[in-house]
Amino acid sequence: MSLSPDLRARAETLGQSLPALLAEAEYLAATLMLGEHGRRRAGQGDEFWQYRPAQNGDAARSIDWRRSARSDAHFIREREWQAAQSVTLWVDGARSMGFSGAAERAPKLDRARLLALALTVLLLRGGERVGLAGLPPRPGRAQLLVLAQALQAEDSADYGAVTAEGMVGHGRAVFLSDFLGKLEPVETTLAAAAERGVRGVLLQVLDPAEEEFPFDGRTIFESMSGSLRHETQSAGDLRGRYLQRLAERKDRLAELAGAVGWHYHCHHTGQAAQSALLWAYQALEGGR
Amino acid sequence: MSFGALAFTAPWLLLGLIALPILWLLLRAVPPAPIVRRFPGVALLLGLTDEDRQADKTPWWLLLLRALAVAAAIVGFAGPVFNPDHRSPGTGPLLILLDGGWADARDWPKRMDKAAALLGEAGRSGRKVAVVRLTDTAQPVLFQSAEAWTGRLAAMQPQPWSPDALQTWIAALPEGSFDSYWLADGLAHKGQADLATALQARGNLTVIEAPGSVLALRPASFVDGDIVLKAARLSAAGATDLEVLARGPDPSGIDRELARGTFHFEAGATEAEIKLTLPPELRNRVNRFELLGQRSAGAVSLSDDSLKRRKIALIGDSADREGLQLLSPTHYLHQALSPVADLLEGGLSDVVPANPDVIILADVATLTQPETDALLAWLDKGGLLLRFAGPRLAASEVSRSAEDALMPVRLREGGRDLGGAMSWGEAKALAPFAEGSPFHGLDIPADVTVSQQVLAQPDPDLVSRTIAALADGTPLVTRKAVGAGQVVLFHVTANAEWSNLPLSGLFVQMLERLAVSTRPAQPEAKDLAGLTWVPEKVMDAFGVETNAGEVAGVEGAALAAAIQTGPHAGLPPGLYASTERKVALNVIAADTVIAAADWPAGTVVDGIEMVKAQALKGLLLSLAMVLLAADVVAALWLSGRLGRAARALPLILAVLFVPHQGRAQTPEDLRGIEATRGVVLAHVLTGNAEVDRVAQAGLYGLGETLWQRTSIEPEPPMGVDIEKDDLAFFPFLYWPITPDQPIPSQAAYTKLNRFLRTGGMILFDTRDGDIAGLSDSSTPEGQMLKLIASGLDIPPLEPIPKDHVLTRSFYLLQDFPGRYAGGTVWVEAAAPDAEQLEGMPFRNLNDGVTPVIIGGADWASAWALDENYMTMFPVGRGYAGEKQREIAYRFGVNVIMHVLTGNYKSDQVHVPALLERLGE
Repeated sequence: MSLSPDLRARAETLGQSLPALLAEAEYLAATLMLGEHGRRRAGQGDEFWQYRPAQNGDAARSIDWRRSARSDAHFIREREWQAAQSVTLWVDGARSMGFSGAAERAPKLDRARLLALALTVLLLRGGERVGLAGLPPRPGRAQLLVLAQALQAEDSADYGAVTAEGMVGHGRAVFLSDFLGKLEPVETTLAAAAERGVRGVLLQVLDPAEEEFPFDGRTIFESMSGSLRHETQSAGDLRGRYLQRLAERKDRLAELAGAVGWHYHCHHTGQAAQSALLWAYQALEGGR
Repeated sequence: MSFGALAFTAPWLLLGLIALPILWLLLRAVPPAPIVRRFPGVALLLGLTDEDRQADKTPWWLLLLRALAVAAAIVGFAGPVFNPDHRSPGTGPLLILLDGGWADARDWPKRMDKAAALLGEAGRSGRKVAVVRLTDTAQPVLFQSAEAWTGRLAAMQPQPWSPDALQTWIAALPEGSFDSYWLADGLAHKGQADLATALQARGNLTVIEAPGSVLALRPASFVDGDIVLKAARLSAAGATDLEVLARGPDPSGIDRELARGTFHFEAGATEAEIKLTLPPELRNRVNRFELLGQRSAGAVSLSDDSLKRRKIALIGDSADREGLQLLSPTHYLHQALSPVADLLEGGLSDVVPANPDVIILADVATLTQPETDALLAWLDKGGLLLRFAGPRLAASEVSRSAEDALMPVRLREGGRDLGGAMSWGEAKALAPFAEGSPFHGLDIPADVTVSQQVLAQPDPDLVSRTIAALADGTPLVTRKAVGAGQVVLFHVTANAEWSNLPLSGLFVQMLERLAVSTRPAQPEAKDLAGLTWVPEKVMDAFGVETNAGEVAGVEGAALAAAIQTGPHAGLPPGLYASTERKVALNVIAADTVIAAADWPAGTVVDGIEMVKAQALKGLLLSLAMVLLAADVVAALWLSGRLGRAARALPLILAVLFVPHQGRAQTPEDLRGIEATRGVVLAHVLTGNAEVDRVAQAGLYGLGETLWQRTSIEPEPPMGVDIEKDDLAFFPFLYWPITPDQPIPSQAAYTKLNRFLRTGGMILFDTRDGDIAGLSDSSTPEGQMLKLIASGLDIPPLEPIPKDHVLTRSFYLLQDFPGRYAGGTVWVEAAAPDAEQLEGMPFRNLNDGVTPVIIGGADWASAWALDENYMTMFPVGRGYAGEKQREIAYRFGVNVIMHVLTGNYKSDQVHVPALLERLGE
């Protein structure tokens, strides 16, 4: 638990810095201030949506007398339908996420956790229910502490496998991983999510070294646990083919996500976290 | 152990080279270790194969690099020595003989090195040494320690003559046995074999001869209008070409190459000859011939009078007289002079402008006043006027009662007649020439007689003016100095009418002694005898001429002998002069024999080339280190441990080592940039550090004033060397005059005049306002200014008029003081037609900027500010002085304004008229 308070503090900071970052994005700023997500249709909620002529079956107490007094007909004041959403996060805690290409860069896992928590802060503030795989979604700031603790969990496997566990039907899901392992779990999970009407976001977190492959000469590449090895005489010669494979992987992920109405984004630890957070938040909003 | 020129101090270490193939195999089996990287992306790499599998083993070039490094180290530790010294040092005293003649000069440093090496070797083995220069006169040889000789050896120089009479050294040799080294020049010398045999009798004699041929240039001679040059060489090897230069002063007195020829030695020939055809003007200036690239007195031949051909104007009687050719007054002169001189004929007024060396007036009595004036002017410049008497001179009234300027003596009326039909006396013979006469030493043929002559009046200085007399003491030839020249009168005719002197060989010799004619060939003993010859220039063994300084003269006979046999210690080669005549004594005479030395049988003859033992250990070990360093880089590169940036290293190195094509910024460029950064005031560097410093400070002070008060914002001032720097950058030059500054060269004058013509201004400051005008004569600075300004393109000047634009270009001024007040300041004079316009306060003056301002007020001192912004010199006294300084600053501001704006302020006077024309 040594990391947790620090992580939470940083996440809070990042979450708090977001409104300033979004000052130009008026809609998002407004939403953040309201704290609730309007559904853009009439329903239960606090916000005014529209007046409509009273029809048979409408309760008399629902008539807006002030509006009706200005005309001959009776008007009903409808409110926008506002409902809290369940968001399930999954952060890949596998060994591969512990990689950092340079001493001054934090591992990918740090960035993924940070983004997950920041997103949680925003969502909780918006009144949503947020949960992890295996941790049921709950609203309220207390959930933040629970999530921060749960995010500390690490996986001893080389590459993490995403699961559909804990997803709430018609909810949202956010998967944070480097997606460098096998793609089958992603495919099955996305298929399962589509079946349950869950939509969400694939956020791929990569280190710039993985994006550039700045290696040369005779090299043995090992996975983080050492289970996978590849030896080459001239790493520089592999660069082109590696980058091609990486691009194919990204295309495949985008294609998978697009097929089930999900959003895919690739984020580098060398970039600022805010842009990824903003993108994830917008993707969650827009997916509605 | 040694292989040819290579030897090893520890040859058994070379066995290590056998291990190289094993090393090769070992290295080949061990490729560079791979680097292990944790990398999550490995999942994407699985299944990718290397395109090139051969790098599994060490690349061959890396192997070669390593093998070479190890081999270099092994060979290096084996201690290789290049050119090892195999000779075993001898014992006992050592005698080193140097020829030390002119032929040694060509490779004297090499000989010194060799001698020093022999000395060093002898010193190390504790042998006693003596060094002998054979051109010295023989003196007893003493063996001393090598250290004692080392310093003396360095001071030894070759002598510009050949070693002679070497057998005299035999007696000087010390007792006992000793080894000898003879550093010989390769030429045969008198007594050489005797000395060599004597040395062999005492011990080992090793003769060391330099390779290459000895080259010698023989004196030039003048044949049929051409200069004939001969060169000789020692070895008759293959055909070669050799260039020869004729050098002499150019019209401005600077020594230059005047002509160049090429000797062509046929294969097997030792002599070569060329002819140089030069115009007389050029030929008369040649004072030395030298073989190109030969540093030896033997390759230099000084030329003397024998190449000079004087210009002689012959003027006989003006009226054409019909008569026999033999009776013509100038016939014998023609005969005597035409082979050896260039003759001019014509009227006196025609020939004087041609500036002949000699003008001969044969029986010309009266001259018009312009002719006399022209002749006197010509005499003042050093001409020789030679006059002959004759019937007309005898009959005329010239120089009768008062001495004529163009006659050496007064003449008695009528002359005298001896030995004729109407006289009592016999025809008179000549008296022997007195000592001090230029003819002293000439033999007088018994049959030369004089039957008629003009007689000189017995004046007080007649004796001193007589240089030849008859047996009865009456003067025959008289001489008088006029200016730098002289007038000589023969009291007889130039033809055979009055005497048979012109028919004799004596006449020709007398003309030659008077430097009227010049000797056509090498002088003979009788040509030189009886005169004292003073060396003017002497030549050292390297062929370099130096002024002889004050040296006692030598007897003509001795000089003549030396010319035949070659110079010696008492008579160094050079140029000897007696009055007007000059004789060159060269190392090589026309018939000097250049023969190879003939050493007695059994002499060891060695080359002079020194091969130094050179240890190669350090070189090879550093090579091994360099190779290993390269191996480190290569191994890093192969294993990918070399960063990206380091991979660009070869490129960076290539860029660094590619020769820089672009032109680097030279100091001149930088100076140009500095000078064009803004308005830069400049002052001329005078060479006087204090004056230059004050000028610099003065312009700094003026610049500060301009910066504060006007829109002119000058950069720091610069000093300008008018000889070297470009003046085009500067609008204004301040030129302080010092009495000792050098006169600008022709090129500098050209630059200065271009500067003045293209709008530059020079402010001349003689800095003598305190004393100028106190006396009539000008100050040294003023004289210097006149000297400097004489070469400049300066228009007529006048003192600044009251309405000059300088009086109002910024401030309204009426006087222009510097540190001294009240001096006159001169500017370009107004055009004569400048008029005061109607209603204008000023004349329309100087439509242009005056190119010079000349004054002596020492403005720079008044302007000068030091680095603390304090004035450097007091001006005047108290408040009045400070006011004067202020006016000086105002003058400076006006001057710079005038320079930069021209007559703009002058045009301002038209403003009222223009406004009036515009209405309102």
